[in-house]
Amino acid sequence: MIDYLSRRILYAIPILIGVNLLTFALFFVVNSPDDIARMHLGHRHVTQEQIDFWKTERGYHKPLLYNAEQTGFSKVSDTIFFDKSVRLFAFDFGRSDSGRDIAHDISQRMWPSLAIAVPTLLIGLLVNITFALVMVFFRATYVDFWSVILCVVLMSISALFYIIGGQYLVAKLLKLVPISGYAVGTSAIKFVILPVLIGVLSGIGAGSRWYRTIFLEEASKDYVTTARAKGLGDFYILFRHILPNALIPILTGVVVILPLLFMGSLIIESFFGIPGLGSYTIDAIAREDFAIVRAMVFLGSFLYIIGLLLTDISYTLVDPRVRLE
Amino acid sequence: MVIKTYKSWKQRFIPLGLVAAMAIVLAACDSAVWNNPHPPEQDQNIYYSSFTERPKHLDPVRSYSSNEYSLLGQIYEPVLHYHYLKRPYQLVPLTASRMPLLSYVDAHGQPTSADQADFIVYDIEIMPGTLFQPHPAFAQADGAYLYHPLSEHALKDVYRVSDFAKTDTRELRASDYVYQIKRLADPALHSPIASILSHHIAGFAQFRARIAEARSHQAAEAWLDLRDFEMSGVEVLGPYRYRLKVSREYPQFIYWLAMPFFSPMPWEADRFYSQAALRKRNITLDWFPVGTGAFMLTENNPNLRMVLERNPNFRTDYYPSEASPADQAAGLINDAGRLLPFIDKAIYSLEKENIPYWNKFLQGYYDGSGISTDSFDQAIQVNQNGELGLTDFMIERDINLSVAYNITTIYIGFNMLDPVVGGNSERARKLRRALSIAIDIEEYISIFLNGRGLAAQGPLPPGLFAYRAGVDGINPYVYDWVGGSPRRKSIAEAKRLLAAAGYKDGIDQDSGKPLLLHFDSVGTGPDAKAWLNWLRKQFAKIDIQLVIRNTDYNRFQDKMAKAKAQIFRWGWNADYPDPENFLFLFYGPNAKFGGQGENASNYQNPEFDRMFERMRSLPNNEERQQLIDQMVQQLRDDAPWVWGYHPKSFALYHGWLKNVKPNQLAHNRLKYLRVDSTLRRDQQSQWNSPHWSPLLIFLLALVVFVLPAVYLYYQRQRSSAV
Repeated sequence: MIDYLSRRILYAIPILIGVNLLTFALFFVVNSPDDIARMHLGHRHVTQEQIDFWKTERGYHKPLLYNAEQTGFSKVSDTIFFDKSVRLFAFDFGRSDSGRDIAHDISQRMWPSLAIAVPTLLIGLLVNITFALVMVFFRATYVDFWSVILCVVLMSISALFYIIGGQYLVAKLLKLVPISGYAVGTSAIKFVILPVLIGVLSGIGAGSRWYRTIFLEEASKDYVTTARAKGLGDFYILFRHILPNALIPILTGVVVILPLLFMGSLIIESFFGIPGLGSYTIDAIAREDFAIVRAMVFLGSFLYIIGLLLTDISYTLVDPRVRLE
Repeated sequence: MVIKTYKSWKQRFIPLGLVAAMAIVLAACDSAVWNNPHPPEQDQNIYYSSFTERPKHLDPVRSYSSNEYSLLGQIYEPVLHYHYLKRPYQLVPLTASRMPLLSYVDAHGQPTSADQADFIVYDIEIMPGTLFQPHPAFAQADGAYLYHPLSEHALKDVYRVSDFAKTDTRELRASDYVYQIKRLADPALHSPIASILSHHIAGFAQFRARIAEARSHQAAEAWLDLRDFEMSGVEVLGPYRYRLKVSREYPQFIYWLAMPFFSPMPWEADRFYSQAALRKRNITLDWFPVGTGAFMLTENNPNLRMVLERNPNFRTDYYPSEASPADQAAGLINDAGRLLPFIDKAIYSLEKENIPYWNKFLQGYYDGSGISTDSFDQAIQVNQNGELGLTDFMIERDINLSVAYNITTIYIGFNMLDPVVGGNSERARKLRRALSIAIDIEEYISIFLNGRGLAAQGPLPPGLFAYRAGVDGINPYVYDWVGGSPRRKSIAEAKRLLAAAGYKDGIDQDSGKPLLLHFDSVGTGPDAKAWLNWLRKQFAKIDIQLVIRNTDYNRFQDKMAKAKAQIFRWGWNADYPDPENFLFLFYGPNAKFGGQGENASNYQNPEFDRMFERMRSLPNNEERQQLIDQMVQQLRDDAPWVWGYHPKSFALYHGWLKNVKPNQLAHNRLKYLRVDSTLRRDQQSQWNSPHWSPLLIFLLALVVFVLPAVYLYYQRQRSSAV
């Protein structure tokens, strides 16, 4: 297993370099270093001299990928790409173009994102699995029929509608929680309730239908028939036999997103004023802060790779027949 | 057996868990009303407001936008400011003991008359006894500064400025103002006005070059003690006096003295924040300001909220007692002579989206609000006389409306270097005038601004010296004066002009091809699409095809710098209330192409330039008025812009917020505001009692939905048993 993991980690390096290169290319196709300087210096009374000074100060005066004026390895190393990218592999994110320490900003902003994402995931899982089990339990009754219809309806509604509708109904009409905002400590709870509720609700349709399909597939297998023939109750079969055996596909979907949880949700954070990481990248794109964009994309790719690794490991824990070699 | 265990676990822990969860939720909802986004007030006088975007800079050397000034203006104090109530805007001393004394000198520093002078000398005296806010940069022990320099170890538990154990203060000195002017020249600090000041303050450019040289010999971002360098045009005359020598050609310089750029900066703060260990923790002067103002920034989390608290060291300052009869009638001097500030704390919360922001205002959780297009109908209605007023809902909630014209002009510009629409030929001039008539600005204001704007007759907005209203102020090329108001000339007149320009029915008489014009835009989204479609139709009214070239703002800036745009839309907000600040947008040497100035149309007219050079050094007298009239008329003749509109800002505020008067130029407005927090608390409770009944109905419906299924299930179980 150690060999397998080491190999997977080594595979990750070229992937990360590729992602980094792609981000770099896409970013600089849209924004030139002059644009970035102008964005940071403002639009009034800015002279070319000030733009040039800003670029030199931050290393944006160098060529993007290849420095023909240098010799040897410096042709590659004395470039914006090399300067800004190599340090990432040591998780040194450096400073944003506006001068702030990116690692510090990430460490501050990940907690509000987690405060929304973790309860949304856990409660969402609980609700979706429970709802799916209820549908399986009451299969072939009107509960199953109407529940599937409800799931399709819930799936068809846009996320934005859930947010605006939720804010209107729960916060504005019923006045049960604040419309938006955030606070630290236990005071955060009243701000988290609505986004979590909306996050869970918007995921019920797709999640429950998927789990229902998995459970139904398990329910049709021979061991379930055997269990029923032995006289075991429906509840017992559902929780002790079907649920554990359906865990592998559920884990596949869940474990892979675990590391990405702290990257936050863009729309939810924006509408609810949550100071998380979801809006950090988008704000950086809007401000043309390449340092942050590069750091966040790198981190996202890295965490996704970690998520895939964790999924592989979790298989071995859930199913003893799986071996990583 | 296993099932039994499962049940007992459920029986034991679920009720406990529910009770615990309820306790936590109730503890979290620690205010009388559950939907209150703010923490309990604890008898503090708090002002609640919001911001949509984090301020880019809070260092007064770099800050240059209104959203930053709404914070900085409360913290930093330049020597002058604008009187809160008087109109037209009037500069008055802030930390200065009197208005600056002006004298005139020649190039050798010898006194001379105003006409022959090369420089204006400003002698500025500040009031003694003004103290800086408490700050660790001033903290000393045994004659040495406690926190500069700092070791990494000493910063072990420091993440914010408030984490430093000791703070101290010191008296404001003239040298603090001089230090800041030197910072404006420091190339490493990227002040946006450095290039302007290089032309106006004596010795500024040379000082800048010397600092650049000195910085090239030291590590990047290392502290450079600017006190060791002299600038010939700036001189400290004593603890409370300093002198500035400024080019005579720019008497408007005095207005800059009221802007945050010219705030005092203690060298201790500059030294303190220059430490690499603090920068690494994001503790910088650009994030944590140090001032003498009525408030100090105690929390800067622009991802969530920013908090200003009363500066305990704030000097004695009183609410003004002079006001117009209208202001008196509006109760704006009810607090005359009372000590400032009235509020203890101001909390600015991040609100990126308009819907939550507007609803929180209606719930009473923000003291004031702007009015977006989405919520306009909910807030404003047109009365029988065609005037805009508050809706009944707003009146019922004792919400007030404040209306003011911004000192702003939004315009559609022609690139005067363009071979078709530009140039000084009569043909191009007629084409521009025809388009000026065809583009119906009144319709634009009605459709896209809900009537919140005034069609411009020239570059000068209302409220400035030399602005003319009424029949004397109309642009005769576009309007006729009919029935006591300006009326746009007919499309027939525009077509006549177009034909005279050689484009009859939109066909170029020389080439025989349809006239095709290009509009460079940065608009995206449905709103921009609607406005661009509208614009296309305006051109089509006189048979001209308009091609929209949409791009991002950077590309647009680039096109403008290279004079590649043909027709474009732009705007200008006043830096200060002087007509020079608008007329300089047409001054030849300020052309964007080649000069990198703000003359975006690249308008060149030697006669206009000559008048401008004369006008800018005149005081506001009849001669200046006459000269400006001639300049505006010249511009109307040449029509380098379609004289768009001056936006009108509508703002709402609750009845518990007192002393509100719109003032686009005064940045330190917060200290004049007063909040009746008891009334606010009562209103909030009244408007926000929670409704539980719909939730109970929903739960009941759920039970009703599931119960028959349970019954069915048990029936099935029983039948299978049989």
